[in-house]
Amino acid sequence: MTSDTLIQFALYILFLPLLGFLLLIFFGKRLPRQGDWIATGILGVTLLLSLIILFVKLLSYPAETFISQFTWIDFGDVPFIGPISVELGIMLDNLSVIMLVVVTLVSFLVHVFSIGYMQGDVRYSRYFAYLGLFSFSMLGIVITHNFLMMYIFWELVGLSSYLLIGHWYEKKTASDAAKKAFIVNRIGDAGMFVGIMIIFVTFSTFTFEKIFDSIAVGTIPFGSEAWLTAAGILIFCGAIGKSAQFPLHTWLPDAMEGPTPVSALIHAATMVAAGVYLIARTFTIMTGDALMVITYIGLITAIIGAVIAITQFDIKKVLAYSTISQLGYMVMALGTGAFTAGFFHLVTHASFKAGLFLGSGSVIHAMHEALHKKHDHQTDPQDIRNMGGLKKKMPVTYLTFLIFTLAISGVPFTSGFLSKDEILAGTLGFASVTGHYLVPVLAFLVAGLTAFYMFRLLILTFHGDHADSSRENDIHESPGVMTIPLIIFAALSLWFFYSFNPFGASSGWFYAAIERPMSVVPSVVQPVAAEVFKDAVHHAHTLAMVLSILIAGLGILFAFVVYHFRRVDADRLKNAAGPLYDFSYNKLYFDEMYDRSVVGGTMGLSNLSKWFDDTIIDGIVNGSAAITRWWSAFTGRFDNVVIDGLVNFSAYFTGFIGLILRKFQTGKVQTYIVFVIFSIIVFFFIFRTL
Amino acid sequence: MELSILGIGILTWVVFLPVLGMIVVLLLPKENGLAIRATTAAATGLQLLLSIVIFMRFDRALLGINDPDSFQFVEMYRWISVDAVPWVGRIEINYFLGIDGLSVLMVILTALISFIGAISSWNIKRLEKGYFSLYLLLATGMMGVFVALDFFLFFVFWEVMLLPMYFLIGIWGGPRREYAAIKFFIYTFVGSVLMLIVMLALYFSVTYVDPTTGEKVHTFNILMMMDPANFEPGTVLYGVDTTWRYAAWILLFIGFAIKIPLFPFHTWLPDAHVEAPTPISVILAGVLLKMGTYGLLRISYPIFPDATVHYLYPMAILGVISIIYGALCAMAQKDFKKLIAYSSISHMGIVVLGMAALNTQGMVGAVLQMFNHGTITAMLFLIVGVVYDRTGKLGLYDFGGLANQMPKYTGVVMIAFFAALGLPGLSGFISELFSFLGAFDTFRTLAIISVSGIVLTAAYMLWTLQRVFLGALKEEHKTLPDLTTRELIAFVPLAIIVIFLGVYPAPAIDLMNASLSYLVEVVRTGGEFVIIP
Repeated sequence: MTSDTLIQFALYILFLPLLGFLLLIFFGKRLPRQGDWIATGILGVTLLLSLIILFVKLLSYPAETFISQFTWIDFGDVPFIGPISVELGIMLDNLSVIMLVVVTLVSFLVHVFSIGYMQGDVRYSRYFAYLGLFSFSMLGIVITHNFLMMYIFWELVGLSSYLLIGHWYEKKTASDAAKKAFIVNRIGDAGMFVGIMIIFVTFSTFTFEKIFDSIAVGTIPFGSEAWLTAAGILIFCGAIGKSAQFPLHTWLPDAMEGPTPVSALIHAATMVAAGVYLIARTFTIMTGDALMVITYIGLITAIIGAVIAITQFDIKKVLAYSTISQLGYMVMALGTGAFTAGFFHLVTHASFKAGLFLGSGSVIHAMHEALHKKHDHQTDPQDIRNMGGLKKKMPVTYLTFLIFTLAISGVPFTSGFLSKDEILAGTLGFASVTGHYLVPVLAFLVAGLTAFYMFRLLILTFHGDHADSSRENDIHESPGVMTIPLIIFAALSLWFFYSFNPFGASSGWFYAAIERPMSVVPSVVQPVAAEVFKDAVHHAHTLAMVLSILIAGLGILFAFVVYHFRRVDADRLKNAAGPLYDFSYNKLYFDEMYDRSVVGGTMGLSNLSKWFDDTIIDGIVNGSAAITRWWSAFTGRFDNVVIDGLVNFSAYFTGFIGLILRKFQTGKVQTYIVFVIFSIIVFFFIFRTL
Repeated sequence: MELSILGIGILTWVVFLPVLGMIVVLLLPKENGLAIRATTAAATGLQLLLSIVIFMRFDRALLGINDPDSFQFVEMYRWISVDAVPWVGRIEINYFLGIDGLSVLMVILTALISFIGAISSWNIKRLEKGYFSLYLLLATGMMGVFVALDFFLFFVFWEVMLLPMYFLIGIWGGPRREYAAIKFFIYTFVGSVLMLIVMLALYFSVTYVDPTTGEKVHTFNILMMMDPANFEPGTVLYGVDTTWRYAAWILLFIGFAIKIPLFPFHTWLPDAHVEAPTPISVILAGVLLKMGTYGLLRISYPIFPDATVHYLYPMAILGVISIIYGALCAMAQKDFKKLIAYSSISHMGIVVLGMAALNTQGMVGAVLQMFNHGTITAMLFLIVGVVYDRTGKLGLYDFGGLANQMPKYTGVVMIAFFAALGLPGLSGFISELFSFLGAFDTFRTLAIISVSGIVLTAAYMLWTLQRVFLGALKEEHKTLPDLTTRELIAFVPLAIIVIFLGVYPAPAIDLMNASLSYLVEVVRTGGEFVIIP
């Protein structure tokens, strides 16, 4: 198969979901079954094509990169700057072809699952339309070869996320969550936009390859590496928003207002991983300082997520915080330079986290049905305190959930173990090169916490007795359309898909396909830096593995002691933790803090602006109008009284004089002669005196 | 490029078709509302058709700006000529029309919005004859401004547009219409007076020698004014970087800034919009605001390149303030229409920022933003009009849950709102992108600050969407009908343009790229251009 065919396939993969979206948005309601089979079928085809591309690419062209592009906008030779043109195009390298499979696979299975889960929904066809829009946008991010398209699709996934979180927009909480997700993401995107502006102004192009090549030969923004660092961090801002990293992580838990399969697809497996993918794409231009920032942001996020997840009772919230934590892990891994490990964790996490969400969806679905049967609308079907004992009733869901939980906890023979172990080895290697030992210490702590809270969730949901025995008999296993995706995800959460050696992935196909790209940053000495890091990781590997198994085991053990065997009372633990518990339970008060500062501040500023506009600026306008009116009234008065007064006075005066003079106009000639003579005498005397 | 129909140039047709329509309307009996409406729609529809012909025939490679030979569809006739006046020589005012890459998109926009406005005027109930004849006069005035190349003619069209607007707001407007109309009129008129002063100063400064008679001729020809060699030594605007030239630039700038409207000259806009009937709001936001920025580019930039370059930075600052301040004010509004009005101020700020960048990307972004803002804001005001027609209410808290009740309407709303907040794939994104990219090249810090505007815009747009369209439907709105066919006729072309230019903006960019690049060159070589990081 030639590269042209692969490109063609990739274009089909990209545009078929868009076609599905258009079909369903316009004709969805008129189609049989509201068109769910079209949407699902299309995703099935894209999955098939993606798999073909993956195999052909990895087997026949493992080291090549295929690019196909066209000029979208051509400014020509711009005065004072030089030629500027904007190319759009797609790029197939190992990173993107693996990601293609991840996205289409999760999307396809979520489509299948949704057929069961969303059955009877008021906007059933709209839901599938939006899933198609999302798949299109997400695939665009994956196969783009330039920053602009990345940004375009970046915002488009934001749109589809907005639409899907707000699917049940009649609920205020849902529309609030949708709005919050979009706006918080916009903050990150604004930073990313500035980063892209720095890049574009420097290189007059958006294309990755051209930019990397220019940097490699020493062209950097405004001639200073500080600007390159800034550009890197600003682009990373996009990832902070989309991948829910500290300090913009607060939108993700709220996004759980969307339908659960959406949470699995968008808010666990694919879209939120786009940030990680972005870092991987731009890894080669990240300076040492930028990577350090990325490492610590990831680390902080991993801890925050894990700490909050421990105390939550909403099954989806626990998973949401666990997603935040795991995304932090990936970001941190890329920051430390464990490039392959970070991306590997993205891939493994996609299947077990999607599985966890779909599993929770299966549980919520069953709970909902049971509650519905009893006309109980008070009990929260998502609260794990209302569950328990579901193991017997929902065996498939339980078993698959168990596998996912083992995977996310990093237990051997799962995919999660492979990737997590590599990340931990990476942090150890990073620490031994740079001296930042806090990073591995906290990373191991997070691993332990993860194992603990995930087993807490598993035990409270499935073990023990059901919270309300009268409800128990109404709970049933979900239909096949929902359980089969779970089984597939569970299979994909085992080790052998990624490496035949269950204790190390470095000999598997994945590590052969994905290599850490060489840095093009001038100050990073390549390939020495990469070699030093590689050695350090190699040395740390056994230690990392032993420690990670130990710590995961401890976490699991503790969870069983507290929640399964109940040897330690959970309430006593809670009281012992005191304010720390409240702190965690209330999500470290991030929302309250942001509401008071950012939201409140903006609203205050906005009201101040309105006041300023109405009172001061318009006040000046109306004031000057008033002054003009007053002045014109005054001049009118002046005109009436003084000017017109003078006129009238002179008229009056003339009349008065006339009245007097009239007396002299007698009409008698004799009188006039007397006047004449009298006047002559007067004049005579006047002129004589002169 | 020349094109004439019945011996009359196409630009004259485009400009005066509405006046023809007006004459017909005036001849019709006032009871025959349908004929009046149909005439208006036909006149503006033909205007739109001709503008499409212009679009097809327009040569994308010709530069225009200050070169009379590369203007297209030129028509030039001697209009007023007074021979041998003592001291000043011959006085000459020409009927001089022509377009280049800067104006062609505005011509299309004006024709399009005039037509859409005519369609949405269908449900004007009172004094139809007066309304539609004034409306057509307005359409002529607007179009004339964008094709006139003689300053005097430009000024005449500018004033012709003003008068009908005053009556359209003052008679057919809302409860506070008289206040709004007077405010609009006085504000704009102040701008006109400032423009008039500069126009006369330019007139007395610019002369050329008629090659046939050897006579010295004063002229209002804008292109003549762009050549420094035509300025008579010793006259008020002669020279480079003189105080008088700076003063003249500032007067012109204020005149145009009122129209844009740029902070702090903007407060007439919210009042005018709130009071104006829907189609007039559409015209106002869709076309009238662009005259300000167009005037700057057509007149201030090439005639005063020295002063333009000198004042770029303050201009950019005002643009940034408008972007952020407009967005903040919009967020605080409780009235749907006022919110959209303030969003206009914010979006026009982007135009000014892009223009101030004085590079091709920025300028192309700015002019494209003028066009896109025209189409998007027209949609937004039509959207407001739809609920106002049905309920008579405009408060943002009066609604909720309309998405279920009016799905077609909500689809249109989604496109318009997301275009307004700059979502990629819709036209607003492209123009904002290039405006910001251009600005970043010239004023790095200002560009970074202004990017915060896109977050604020997203916030108030989505908040509005939530308050009006999401949530639970109010009891009294359960019978609201969805869009009618007539309303769809107004919405669909705009929506198609918004989507098309978002996906494939090249046709619009190619129209103006050459001219605007050349304008950048003209202005930058005429002054001391500096980059301010």
